[in-house]
Amino acid sequence: MAEELTREMKSGLELPHGVAPVFADSGIEVKPVYTAADLNGGNGSGGGNGAGEERPGEYPFTRGIHADMYRRRPWTMRQYTGFGNAQATNERFHYLIETGNTGLNVAFDLPSQCGLDSDDPAAEGEVGRVGMAVDSLRDFEVAFDGVDLDAITVSLTVNGAAAIMIAMYLAMAEKRGYDIATLRGTAQNDILKEMVGRGTWVFPVEPSVRLVGDTIEYCARHAPNYSPVSVCGYHIRESGCDPAEEMGYAFEIAKAYIDETLRRGLAIDDFAGRLSFNFNVFGKLFEEVAKFRAGRRMWAKILKEQYGAKNPKTMWMRMIAGGGGFGLTIDQPENNIMRGAYYALSAVLSGAQTIALCCYDEAYTIPSPRAQQISIRTMQLLIEELGLCDTVDPLGGSYFVEALTDGMEAKIEAAMQRVQDEGGIVAGIAGGRIQDRVSQQAYEHHRRVENGEARKVGVNCYRVPEEKPDVEFHPERREDLDMQLASLKQIRAERSADAVDRALKRLHADAVAGANTMPAIVEAVKAYATVGEITGVLAGVYGRFEEPVTI
Amino acid sequence: MTRRPIRVLVSKPGLDGHDVGAKVVARALKDAGMDVIYTGLRKTPEDIARRAKDEDVDVIGMSILSGSHLPLARRLKDLWDEYDLGTRMWLVGGNVPEKDHEALADIGVDAVFNSRSRLDDIVRYIEENVARWPRN
Repeated sequence: MAEELTREMKSGLELPHGVAPVFADSGIEVKPVYTAADLNGGNGSGGGNGAGEERPGEYPFTRGIHADMYRRRPWTMRQYTGFGNAQATNERFHYLIETGNTGLNVAFDLPSQCGLDSDDPAAEGEVGRVGMAVDSLRDFEVAFDGVDLDAITVSLTVNGAAAIMIAMYLAMAEKRGYDIATLRGTAQNDILKEMVGRGTWVFPVEPSVRLVGDTIEYCARHAPNYSPVSVCGYHIRESGCDPAEEMGYAFEIAKAYIDETLRRGLAIDDFAGRLSFNFNVFGKLFEEVAKFRAGRRMWAKILKEQYGAKNPKTMWMRMIAGGGGFGLTIDQPENNIMRGAYYALSAVLSGAQTIALCCYDEAYTIPSPRAQQISIRTMQLLIEELGLCDTVDPLGGSYFVEALTDGMEAKIEAAMQRVQDEGGIVAGIAGGRIQDRVSQQAYEHHRRVENGEARKVGVNCYRVPEEKPDVEFHPERREDLDMQLASLKQIRAERSADAVDRALKRLHADAVAGANTMPAIVEAVKAYATVGEITGVLAGVYGRFEEPVTI
Repeated sequence: MTRRPIRVLVSKPGLDGHDVGAKVVARALKDAGMDVIYTGLRKTPEDIARRAKDEDVDVIGMSILSGSHLPLARRLKDLWDEYDLGTRMWLVGGNVPEKDHEALADIGVDAVFNSRSRLDDIVRYIEENVARWPRN
């Protein structure tokens, strides 16, 4: 009691006797009850005008980017998958589509993500393990065989080697008769966040950002419906930052790519509308919803006021939300099924365009088909049974959610300001300052879980004696690896060595000259040059990233 | 004679980019008074063996979440004598299925930790057992 009283005195709010203050994960103090008096106080930004005033589909889009949102079409269900070789992955793609997945989210193995061929000595033991192995255009042809690329949009979860994989996707689609001028799809292609968390960088910071600019510029000119970048606050959150910082870092990173592209003479409305975002959803439900509402409003204002965008679509914060890997636990893995359901609910209440859920068994293995089916059914339940598609922004007007939206806007703004004050996002990542800060936060969080301050069901409360987890381990198939190596050998023997050589020389010349490298990369992938060969040429010009080690 | 702090190499072998756990453990060991050298990502077994020798560490930690723990551990084992790593303590952390613990022990790994392991238990394990591996 004495302790509670002390905590009460520390709180700036008038709390009922004996009630301790509570904070959202971004540090906002949460009151026991909210009333109309909490609306409109906000931070004076003018956006937080609370209930009823603003409509979804209208600037600044706090309530959603579309007027009718899920009434017209539910969110895209885009479970993440890929393993072994292209053939094995193609089978899983078809299973997911039959189960109800309406998009694909491709997992590449680490050698492919890092720009190495499957027979590179550094790839030993890693081929096909955490995703599908890709060496050449042939692997894309096999992986997407039988997939209708107009009906099923494809997202490529790749960063360091993203330019090559985008080129392969476009080349594969073109070969199959699709018009790339109308083809939709997404690549993650966010190299700056990769240097903070996730780690599949290849080139140093500056040429890496230029390469992202190459892909944006190329797509704006040749594949204007393709989304070349999905800026990921997601992985920075996974690495330790809080929800407001997650969004703040993502916006600063997105601005860096925009600035890089504007330098090339493109107008903001020519490309910025094709940038999208990837955010996390674990944690406190109302804080997550408020984060997304605040984020949409802020991104719209940044685009309109700072960049002079005229087209409302340019101002849309389109996003995939979901995942929640950091929130899932190795203990009592079946609890992750419920966590996934709540995370999906958070994402839906937030107006996500696309949702992907981590599967309950992911701390143990590549998800089983059954685990994937449970994730897809989780979303289908929300659509078919729970009425989540019936109205737009159902939490709009809630005293609490509106006040928290204003509060999150202020926190996100502060996070962005700090990055700017410290010299900007590019310098902050190149020097390791941001990585250091985020990893210290992860450490402090881990300590709070260990000492029981941050409650985690099944981990530090409601524990059960450790038992053998009820998960089905993914079978590693040696024959997939053998097939991959044989196929790579065959490609090298069958292709025109002259065409490959010509394309790689052009790529080298363009990289040295500082020209856009995408046309040469496209030419190279069409000649069946490999991921390793193309990366090797670029690394010869750009060098390789040297990770700042800050521990 | 005052003993120097325990020196630990926290390494990320292979291509795996999941470094949250490795950095959390590195900070915990530092807080416990150990000298910690973190390698950063994507080190080859050769890089790790060389660094362990050059830095004269007492403990070699490898953090692997990609599932490649067995081939990577075997490659480090093959270099063990060449780099004269002697009786240094060898720890593996990450998501290593139970079924592979014995195989890692056979290769020569002293202990395996995962995301369930408490940081203080890792610290204690090192403090209590590192003396059993007298320095060369």
